[in-house]
Amino acid sequence: MNDLSFKVDEGEILGLIGPNGAGKTTVFNLLTGFYRPTSGSMLFRGRELTGLAPPAIVGLGIARTFQNIRLFSNLTVLDNVRSVLYRHARYGFVQALLRSPQVRLCERRVHEMAMEYLEEVGLADRANDIASHLPYGLQRKLELARALALEPVLLLLDEPAAGMNPEESMSLVELIRDLRKKHNLTIILIEHHMDVVMSLSHRIVVMNFGEKLMEGSPEEVQSDVRVIEAYLGEEYAGAYRR
Amino acid sequence: MYIQGVLTVAMINIISTTGLAVFTGFTGLFSLGHAAFMAVGAYTSAILTYFVKAPYPVALLTGVLASSVLAVLVGYPTLRTRLRGDYFAIATIGMGEATRVILENLKITQGARGLPGISQYTTLPVAGAAAAIVLVLARNMLASVYGRNAVSVREDAVAAEMSGIHLLRTRMISLVFSAGCAGLAGGLYAHYLAFIQPVMFTMVQSTQITAAVVCGGTGSLTGPALAAFVFTVAPELLRAAQMWRLVIYGLMLVLIMVFRPQGLMGYRDLSWQGLCSLAARLRKGVRHAKG
Repeated sequence: MNDLSFKVDEGEILGLIGPNGAGKTTVFNLLTGFYRPTSGSMLFRGRELTGLAPPAIVGLGIARTFQNIRLFSNLTVLDNVRSVLYRHARYGFVQALLRSPQVRLCERRVHEMAMEYLEEVGLADRANDIASHLPYGLQRKLELARALALEPVLLLLDEPAAGMNPEESMSLVELIRDLRKKHNLTIILIEHHMDVVMSLSHRIVVMNFGEKLMEGSPEEVQSDVRVIEAYLGEEYAGAYRR
Repeated sequence: MYIQGVLTVAMINIISTTGLAVFTGFTGLFSLGHAAFMAVGAYTSAILTYFVKAPYPVALLTGVLASSVLAVLVGYPTLRTRLRGDYFAIATIGMGEATRVILENLKITQGARGLPGISQYTTLPVAGAAAAIVLVLARNMLASVYGRNAVSVREDAVAAEMSGIHLLRTRMISLVFSAGCAGLAGGLYAHYLAFIQPVMFTMVQSTQITAAVVCGGTGSLTGPALAAFVFTVAPELLRAAQMWRLVIYGLMLVLIMVFRPQGLMGYRDLSWQGLCSLAARLRKGVRHAKG
């Protein structure tokens, strides 16, 4: 990763594209604190993110999904969403051991909230299924529900449409659009399905070899020779130029 | 008398196993040194009742506290390593051995000869009540934010961190609870046997607790408790078979691992509702067979 700089405006959907190995996921790993940059800085609403641990970054309002789905696979769909809602718990260890009324109250609240998030992505009827038994597309939606339950300001989506057929990915596009509106989300989207990126993104950053190749509107990106070169190789770009 | 003794030991083993079930079965980390936590609980409480003449409950609780402190000292540096628990498992082997060597060389523990003449306060009702309390507390803890976070960490540490869960804190709380249970078990054990010696708390003892947890099933409380009971009582029942006793015990472990790799009760727990629905299903099955 070298000399990469971009910004996202509040409420915007920013597409992040580039060939395999361009460093897109690395950007997410840096933003969420899994990797530490050797130099440079990342600001989120004026706060420096560099050096913060992942839970602290989540606390500031950044949530993400993973390219290779990371669910709590032995748990039920409901428990997957519930697991992130326990940050609302306001009781101590002793109260937990004695199962005080606060604990029960918190359990009820968490259950209700989790069901609401499942409702939003259309998984409420699968609440009691084991997460790993869900079909692939639904697992991605569950990951989305879990990220939403963190009530993020900025949502990082790492190839949410991977492995989906065109119909599924179009319904995902609708879902993401709805959720953005409803939750006032700012989204950075990594995606290889070009129809998904082009129809969702307001702006697109193209990466290659860990650097920014270009930045612009979906139309600009689609017609840029450098982008075609990066994706398809020089000969094709040459043909395109002619 | 003899049966009562076996049952008392079984109850004590249920306590230490329940503690480790929380740590290994629900938090997904292995410990090969839980006997050291037992030893610290045993020696602390025994020294208190023997030399200081402290009341038994106070001595037991101080033992629990001492093991918890040891857990913090060992856990804090080793559980920090971001995503892997292997370092901790290796560190616990060292901790186990170090604890034993220290106990063998301290004056107050009377070295390798051990402490004889400890008051025999632990009776079957005392041990049984303690086991019941520990099981309830463990269940409550697992049904709270502390247990849920632990399970998330077990399932996927990266996703857990990205869910805002603090890895080190979650693992530490689980370890301290677990070590506290081991400390209590140690205290009860010392006051049951009336004699303790450092060699009682070696890695063999630690691995037996781990065996009970794994065979009982990860992600279950009742499974390991059941396994701890069976593994304590079965060798006694098999005493008649003398030399074959340990062979059968070993065979039992192998068979469980071959036929139920998830353990007897992996990710499941016995509950009253569960038993009722099982009974209903059986009845239905019988009617079905008759009809």
